[in-house]
Amino acid sequence: MSATEPRTTRPPKPGRTATSRRPGTTALTYTLLTVGLVVMSAPFLWMAISAFKTPKDLGASPPVWIPTEWTLANFRELLDLMDIARNFMNSAVVAVVVTVCNLVFCSMLGYALAKLNFAGKKAVLGVVLGALMVPGNLMLLPQFVMMSKMGLLDSYAGLILPFAAGAFGVFLMRQFMMAIPDELLEAARIDGAGEWYIFWRIVLPLVKPALATLSIFVFLGSWNNFLWPLVATNDPDKYTLPVALATFATDPTKAAGSNGVLMAGAFLVVLPVVAVFLVLQRHFTQGIATSGLK
Amino acid sequence: MGQQAPTGPELRPDRLSRQNLAGWLYSTPFLALFLTFMAFPIIATLLMSFTDFGLRNVTHPLDARFVGLDNYTALFGDPKFMKALFNTCYFVVLGVPLTIGSGLVAAVLLNSGIDRFRTFFRVGFYVPVVTAIVAVAVIWRFVLDPSEGLIAGLGAQLGFSTPDFLASKALAMPSLIVMAVWRNMGTAMVLFLAGLQAIPVEVREAAKLDGAGAFQEFRRITVPLLRPTMLYVAVMTTIGFLNVFEEPFVMTDGGPGDSTLTVSLHMYKEGFSFFHMGSASAMAYVLFTIVLAVTLLQFRLLKDKTR
Repeated sequence: MSATEPRTTRPPKPGRTATSRRPGTTALTYTLLTVGLVVMSAPFLWMAISAFKTPKDLGASPPVWIPTEWTLANFRELLDLMDIARNFMNSAVVAVVVTVCNLVFCSMLGYALAKLNFAGKKAVLGVVLGALMVPGNLMLLPQFVMMSKMGLLDSYAGLILPFAAGAFGVFLMRQFMMAIPDELLEAARIDGAGEWYIFWRIVLPLVKPALATLSIFVFLGSWNNFLWPLVATNDPDKYTLPVALATFATDPTKAAGSNGVLMAGAFLVVLPVVAVFLVLQRHFTQGIATSGLK
Repeated sequence: MGQQAPTGPELRPDRLSRQNLAGWLYSTPFLALFLTFMAFPIIATLLMSFTDFGLRNVTHPLDARFVGLDNYTALFGDPKFMKALFNTCYFVVLGVPLTIGSGLVAAVLLNSGIDRFRTFFRVGFYVPVVTAIVAVAVIWRFVLDPSEGLIAGLGAQLGFSTPDFLASKALAMPSLIVMAVWRNMGTAMVLFLAGLQAIPVEVREAAKLDGAGAFQEFRRITVPLLRPTMLYVAVMTTIGFLNVFEEPFVMTDGGPGDSTLTVSLHMYKEGFSFFHMGSASAMAYVLFTIVLAVTLLQFRLLKDKTR
């Protein structure tokens, strides 16, 4: 029930032995799944193709499904209109630092909550669980005022600090670390190992799968985050990728430009994440499943 | 969620104090960040909601004037806020069941004993979840574009005319809902798949032996045993949908005629376009109260029936 078995890769596939299937049912299942998949992927395909269309093909009626002429003009125009390399870097720097901070801070507290006895532990756990339930909107306005007073608007620090240690990560790490046998840690203590050594050399290597899951989630969350970067940045040089794209898309003076350019922008925002996802997809879905089923 | 402390061997006092020290050292980074960037702002939002906090207070926060419950009473007399509240409920009431329903259908289909392409389909259904909402909203705005969009193109090809979805007061919100369902269905699907796979095969076989058909099995076995998953999916989806912001921000800016103005978008505009931060803070708390109430309600509705 809990995420205490990080190593179990795939549960056995039930239903298969239990169900004696008729060929008609199977065909129907595949048909429905295929229809679903077409609906799910159509917007992406439309975006990917349109990014390479000429204005003539974009405006054609009836529509041109396969471009008569493939062009990179949309991407070139996009590069002229915004410093997308810079925005890409901003997103990457923020996401990497946020991920590293979460890995360190969340596993530290997760370990303390799972394996250490200290006065006030229940209170700290209560804080973590409470923090899990608070929506981000509730903090937005004072956070902006604070950052403004601290001079951190339009800075990496301002984009990173509010997300440097998430309650979700603490909870996830705690769940995984509870599965480590106490005897193992006790033996290390008897051998004279300090708490830091135990945490760093014994516990962390044992929860590598959890660390992988957490990095994926935090990185993705940061990469896709929108509302806070929108509020915390005014300088286009400090925009993250989603903010740059949204600002571009909703600016009436620019958006009138071309759908092709917008799709080129969306393409560049979506592509890296989807590529990473396709490579690591098993960890994604497993992470969702294990962290969701408490 | 286990509350029990780890039950190690009896700890000697010196070890206990060592663990005390380590425990608090390990808690410090999280707690420091939490207190600064969450706990303090949560309280500050509450305080701000009782003041006339405005643009000049961004530099001089303590000059804000206490106005009691004025912001809250004003909100409930404000047709624009009530419209935003209605729109948000509309979005949730239609969007959440559709998300849960389509996620459940996809999960059941994927779990129904098909041998090939299972991973392929699962990955395909899940891709929208990992993409940035902003990018998705930009893509869908184009998909729904009346002259160059995918839907209009399909219509032209098949010989029927399509409406301008996002410019129609009646169709704009349903369009956003369809898009949100499309994007969030994958999360529900993955969770339901995990839940389905946790149902022991023996239970299904016993039902089969007792002569249960596929539908009966679904109704009598799958649905009840899936209840904990259902609760989790319902709560998480509802919380997410109640806070809907990016979709209307990018696609409609709340229009046409406030028909897609949601509470979060209204709060953002009031707070950061007009700097009516006192009133925006009150909105944040009204929304939070609704989130809390709905969550508690869902726990009651979905949990009690199993007992």
